[in-house]
Amino acid sequence: MSEPGPDRVIATPDALAALATLRQQRGPLILYQSGGCCDGSLPVCLLDGDLRIGDADVLLGRVGDCPVYIDNRQYEVWKHTQLIIDVGDGEPEGFSIPAARGRQFVTRSRLLPPAEPTEKKGPSHDSGCA
Amino acid sequence: MSATTTQTSTVYSAPGEPGSPVQLKARYGNFIGGHWVAPVIGQYMKDLSPANGRQFTEVPRSSSEDIELALDAAHAAKTAWGETSLTERASVLNRIADAIDANREMLAVAETWDNGKPVRETLAADIPLAADHFRYFAAETRALTGSSTEIDKDTVAYHFHEPLGVVGQIIPFNFPLLMAAWKLAPALAGGNCSVIKPASSTPWSILKLAEVIGDIVPPGVLNIVTGPGGEIGKALATNRRINKIAFTGETVTGRLIMQYAAENIIPSTTELGGKSPNVFFADVMAEDDDFLDKAVEGLVLFAFNKGEVCTCPSRALIQESIYERFMERCLDRIGKIRQGNPLDTTTQMGPQNSQQQLDKISSYVDIGLQEGAECLIGGKQPALHGDLAGGYFFEPTVLKGHNGMRVFQEEIFGPVLAVTTFRDEEQALAIANDTLYGLGAGVWTRNGNLAYKMGRGIQAGRVWTNCYHAYPAGAAFGGYKMSGVGRELYRETLTEHYTQTKNLLVSYSEHAQGLF
Repeated sequence: MSEPGPDRVIATPDALAALATLRQQRGPLILYQSGGCCDGSLPVCLLDGDLRIGDADVLLGRVGDCPVYIDNRQYEVWKHTQLIIDVGDGEPEGFSIPAARGRQFVTRSRLLPPAEPTEKKGPSHDSGCA
Repeated sequence: MSATTTQTSTVYSAPGEPGSPVQLKARYGNFIGGHWVAPVIGQYMKDLSPANGRQFTEVPRSSSEDIELALDAAHAAKTAWGETSLTERASVLNRIADAIDANREMLAVAETWDNGKPVRETLAADIPLAADHFRYFAAETRALTGSSTEIDKDTVAYHFHEPLGVVGQIIPFNFPLLMAAWKLAPALAGGNCSVIKPASSTPWSILKLAEVIGDIVPPGVLNIVTGPGGEIGKALATNRRINKIAFTGETVTGRLIMQYAAENIIPSTTELGGKSPNVFFADVMAEDDDFLDKAVEGLVLFAFNKGEVCTCPSRALIQESIYERFMERCLDRIGKIRQGNPLDTTTQMGPQNSQQQLDKISSYVDIGLQEGAECLIGGKQPALHGDLAGGYFFEPTVLKGHNGMRVFQEEIFGPVLAVTTFRDEEQALAIANDTLYGLGAGVWTRNGNLAYKMGRGIQAGRVWTNCYHAYPAGAAFGGYKMSGVGRELYRETLTEHYTQTKNLLVSYSEHAQGLF
């Protein structure tokens, strides 16, 4: 799937280099954007085929030749932002493949420009003091 | 035991330093079959303390070979342990609890050093709760009762709770010892042997626990393997030699856990995080009394454990009519939170668990501000000095916005509170439930009818009512929606998740059925 406008997900040169090296070592990979808990909001790097992808998953885009997925419910919440895949220090706590020894993939975000359609979720968002 | 004690505070010495209650080795092994075992391929990983960002020991960077050794030991022990009488199993669990109590200070200081949480909390909450958890399941197993049903005059159905066998357990970094207790106590109570993997960033405190309880459990009943999740966590969860997998952690790994369990046709239980709403109705301010003070603390509890709790009350929903006055009190209380050396008993908030947690929190505050949230307090790292300057500290932070913002929808896992207002009960409920998660929630009101309706309406497994962050054994805990599957902390954890039902259908009749 591709939509007009800025890419939903991009990657830094460091991340692209790490992905290329891993791909050479291990074969095709995917990134899956995590939602919560201790690791939370990390892009989980897995061997392609490890995680069964289905109708509940949205393909955000590709970085290098690596597809990036997100849960479709989470997508509704995130879609007004752009994900930037980068590399940072630390071991991933979950089952993610590290970017390198002692390094892990991380996600940074930026708001997409206002021209981008931002479909808000429902009347409950009109609440509050915003 | 401690380095300095004044009338108002004690500052414990760090593990390994003179006067510390905690002995420290330069290197540890895995705990397998009752022994300390070096990792098969001989690799180790650094363990850093979040208090100063420095390495203090190293632990095995295990591989799948170590998981196989642990499973060998567990399988060798499982028959005898499974056949151990309930009396003796309960006795073992009670002795574990006694050993934890006897080593409370040591374990509290060790936990504080590995995770960063303040020793004030580990002494008062983490360690006593861990001991109590073993006592609770000792009682549950001692009183474990099957059933019999008279099907007809000559036929009786007997139901027995039998062990599963060997269970794999993967726990997170936020409460290393308490999470270990929540997993191990029901597993052992059920007559199972465990292979447990602690988090990579907090792999050590459970090894200190093994030092004090290792002689109490029969060899092979408890096996601890440290190492990276992607390698040994996966090796454990996909292994055909486990009869069940239990996991607390992030959502994608949780989904993989369930998928691997499906491939092997074994049960799984998962706890995957939350974005818990904390709802404050206007009547909390009807009086300026103890209860109002309690409600203010209830909001400020987002800072408990530096926000690194799956049930962090990270979304405060405050009724419009009291917002200004209530928030004023809360901000005042938040501004007084004492951050500093986690080994100082007056410190209320310690450092975050790691540099990557710190970076993630900062990036969430950043995205929140980009989305238009207003920062009411905090939003940055404190300026600490000396040894603490290298620690992973972040100030307690409040962002005011609306429930559609990412900071209201995603688990930040830090001391960041997203606050918004609501008009009435109906809107409070809608906002509370407008989340992918359903682990915890808080409801604060003097009106019992309202509290009940809200509690029954919120789609979460745990609704704290006029309280928060209490985790007594005997109160079921677990998720709705994306927060996971299964319940811990209560009687049925043992009967539904850590035993299986054997039905003996017995005929006492001498006569054939007449079918053939």
